[in-house]
Amino acid sequence: MIYREAGQFKSSYAGDQAIFPVVQDRVFVAAAVAAAVVVPPLLASEYWLQAVLIPFLVYALAALGLNLLTGYAGQLSLGTGGFMAVGAYSAFKLATAFPRLNIIVVFLLAGVAAAAVGILFGLPSLRIKGFYLAVATLAAQFFLIWLFNKVAWFTNYASSGTITAPDRTLFGALITGPNSTPSARYLTALGLVAVFALAAKNLVRGRIGRSWMAIRDRDIAAEIIGVRPLRTKLLAFAISSYYCGVAGAGLVFLYLGSAETLAFDIGISFLVLFMVIIGGLGSILGSFLGAAFIVLVPIVLSNAPHAIGLRMPVALQKQFELMVFGGLIILFLIVEPRGLARLWQIAKEKLRLWPFPH
Amino acid sequence: MLDALHAVLVAPFRDMAGSPAFLVEVLIGGLFAGLMYSLVALGFVLIFKASGVFNFAQGVMVLFAALTLVGLLERGAPVLLALGLTTAVMVALAFAIERLVLRPLVNQEHIILFMATIGLNFFLEGFGEMLWGANVKKLDIGIPDRSFIVRGVQINELELTAAVTAAVLVAVLALFFQRTRIGRALRAVADDHEAALSLGIPLKTIWVVVWSVAGVVAIVAGLMWGAKSGVQFSLSLIALKALPVLILGGFESVAGAIVGGLIIGIGEKLGEVYWGPLVGGAIENWFAYVLALAFLLVRPQGLFGERIIERV
Repeated sequence: MIYREAGQFKSSYAGDQAIFPVVQDRVFVAAAVAAAVVVPPLLASEYWLQAVLIPFLVYALAALGLNLLTGYAGQLSLGTGGFMAVGAYSAFKLATAFPRLNIIVVFLLAGVAAAAVGILFGLPSLRIKGFYLAVATLAAQFFLIWLFNKVAWFTNYASSGTITAPDRTLFGALITGPNSTPSARYLTALGLVAVFALAAKNLVRGRIGRSWMAIRDRDIAAEIIGVRPLRTKLLAFAISSYYCGVAGAGLVFLYLGSAETLAFDIGISFLVLFMVIIGGLGSILGSFLGAAFIVLVPIVLSNAPHAIGLRMPVALQKQFELMVFGGLIILFLIVEPRGLARLWQIAKEKLRLWPFPH
Repeated sequence: MLDALHAVLVAPFRDMAGSPAFLVEVLIGGLFAGLMYSLVALGFVLIFKASGVFNFAQGVMVLFAALTLVGLLERGAPVLLALGLTTAVMVALAFAIERLVLRPLVNQEHIILFMATIGLNFFLEGFGEMLWGANVKKLDIGIPDRSFIVRGVQINELELTAAVTAAVLVAVLALFFQRTRIGRALRAVADDHEAALSLGIPLKTIWVVVWSVAGVVAIVAGLMWGAKSGVQFSLSLIALKALPVLILGGFESVAGAIVGGLIIGIGEKLGEVYWGPLVGGAIENWFAYVLALAFLLVRPQGLFGERIIERV
């Protein structure tokens, strides 16, 4: 009854091309964004901001990037962690070399560095496809991590090998570094993610997104109708790595505060891939849902035994968490291989008819 | 500039020619390491051939098999009994995987099945450690880890045993695939699922068989790796070592897994010993990948992989 588009007519081209053609969707999204801006800084505790909301936003940005590459352009990549590391380390180098440079500009430039590296490692995709490509992108992952470990220049010759986010301000408020408040960092991450998500949404419904999907669905056919594989695939790698690079910079500057290469190891590549698959391949909303799922599940799992009064040794609990996490992933793939975004879509379809059966 | 070129292109080869005995030692070390990689890669290939599943959990299956074996040995079971029981456990695991993971996911896209095996990877890791504990364990199968010297070249007894075992295993597998009824069915399924089904070959049974065989291969790999470096969590990471072997040899080829393993093993050792110091060492993590990548640019389907024919 509530969710119904009857009577909403599209009377202009702009109205026809709107991202959310249904009024209720527009209202819902606007309310959600407003709530995301207002509620957490006022109500959420430091723990919630630091352990749940900020990592959610950072991972959602990385998942968006990988979804553009894997979900839209169909190129399977396991090098996400490496590209995020490029973003993080170049942001660190830029921020420390040019202390007066605006921190947002630093993030954006770090993305450019990651995009350049992404293009370099995307070159094999012209010859290699599928799992061969996935394994080939692992070369990027291992090589980049090794590089950042070996070359001390990247960490400004810090003996510990870690990079630490320096204090930087935006509009007079401290947003990075050890002295910044979680609220400020949360709002910065939210702003970045909102802008990047909007850009991604517009990217995939335009000419570029269509050419990506053509390559994904049948690359030879796409080539015949005039989509250039070289340009399209490399553009997908570049933009995806740009997103991952900014996410990597965010991971260090907004979430962890300081990090070493261990924070970008192969595990994070798999984690982001999980987010994309569980959220839904080829869906912007799915990237957010997947990131929320993967961030929340371990937290729920580690608190659940305590909440129901079960006491177990730490080691046992760790193993138990691993088992349940693995089992849940398999279960989700069986129940809905097209991801949480698909469940959301089904729910919307149901809501349109409710309370009538047909 | 000239100095750098000299250090990369000339000096390593001069070193090689300078002490041939050392070169042979490096080569043999590489060969043995390569065989170990092949053992893991073999498990991947078997499953990929028969069911098209890229089984990321193979590394953890190796760990799981080794953990079970060590656990049984520690509880005083004789070696043969422990081996038999471990085999039974791996077969049971194959049944469970087929029933709980593969059957509900039949006809899904490759990437979904791949992700499911990563889920399986997490599950088995937790399960194995829960059953047998997370400590590093020593696996003693009665082969001393000592070396003898033939014509000035050092040879490790354990590695020699591993090589012989691997050779025997490959021979047995080849016989199994070429000469038995089930082997023929496996090859038929690998060739064309639907044609095999319409001939009355039970696909589900075949999957159980092939996962069981991969489980047995995992036991052998776990035995050898465990005897060499102890049974511990890092054993599951050798899966990452087997991946470049796979893309080099081709996903569908048993011979490719062996030859690819040897090439990667030798290439890695040579790179580490002669070129590694130039860039500060510890390159073995990515050198194999770059080697395989360079190779793929020339031959995208790997050494022995099926030629990719694409039509619109």
